[in-house]
Amino acid sequence: MHETDMTKALILTVKDWYYSQPEQPKIEKIHLIVGEFTCVEPVSLQFAFEVQTRNTFLAGVELIIRDIPLIAFCHSCQQEYQPEIGLQYSCPDCKSPMEDIRSGRELKIDRIEYSAVANSVVP
Amino acid sequence: MHQTFNAAIELNLLHANQEGADHNREHFDRWGITCLNLMSSPGAGKTVLLEQTLAALKDKFEMAVIEGDMTTELDADRLRKYDVPVIPINTGRSCHLDSKMVAGGIHTLEHQYNPTDFDLVLVENVGNLVCPAEFEVGEHAKVALLSVTEGEDKPLKYPVMFQEADCLLITKTDLAPYLDIDLERLTANVRQMNKDVTIIHVSAKTGAGLSQWFDWVGDRLKQNQASLARQI
Repeated sequence: MHETDMTKALILTVKDWYYSQPEQPKIEKIHLIVGEFTCVEPVSLQFAFEVQTRNTFLAGVELIIRDIPLIAFCHSCQQEYQPEIGLQYSCPDCKSPMEDIRSGRELKIDRIEYSAVANSVVP
Repeated sequence: MHQTFNAAIELNLLHANQEGADHNREHFDRWGITCLNLMSSPGAGKTVLLEQTLAALKDKFEMAVIEGDMTTELDADRLRKYDVPVIPINTGRSCHLDSKMVAGGIHTLEHQYNPTDFDLVLVENVGNLVCPAEFEVGEHAKVALLSVTEGEDKPLKYPVMFQEADCLLITKTDLAPYLDIDLERLTANVRQMNKDVTIIHVSAKTGAGLSQWFDWVGDRLKQNQASLARQI
């Protein structure tokens, strides 16, 4: 369950951002980018996030995870291809080993969606 | 009116771990130590490999072990027989070592020993083919072990571990004749995602292949010392 550790890192980063704002905004959504070729399971991440944010400033915040497919580039064929995880990683045409991963290793916090604090907007 | 805004963060989730790993590596570099991170599923033979390695190389190199895969003191006791510092890390119920845990081991090395005396630190990670692959601990090279009893399909199922490995030891090869494992297919499966990995077949039971592994360790150490010397 390393998703628990990753969620801790996520919460700490968001917390730093939150308290660096002149006025603490209302965080609505957190957008993550998770590549397919990582050891991270989005469902576990969602679960860990929900549990770890209970009764905190992030309670009820929606975690949106965008999956990024594994795309490799074959230098012999000069083209991109999509390896089939669990089955085939080498180039489907020339069988060259997967070497140049163009996407799928991402594991990052993309952006935070927030609104201004309700009290300061509504008179 | 409900207006929403976006703040771009674009920060890697493993950023903190990566910073810690880089910091650990700086310590190793300063002391002239090469660090290898040993990873495999439980029972693939990490501890016995360490035993053999300590026995064979302890007169050649000054070594220490940072022991993460330890449920009892039994493993550490096995390794301490070789008169080499064995630093246990309390991993709790963690499924992998992270750079912070290894930093604790480095701290012990620094305060209880003279770190510049050492050439090689072997880190035994928690037995797991998934999580340790994502958490760098400050190593100079990653060593994966896969025993022949685990099956030739494992590299396809746990690709990140095998893609990241610099050296792969196929262990328990003495058992291969009794199994249906296809070692050629296993190699082909690994090569699909890692064309450069050094693959060595070993049996801790018969000793087959171990000298190749010891040579690899020696070469890696020399290579690392040469690159450190260039930086100075």
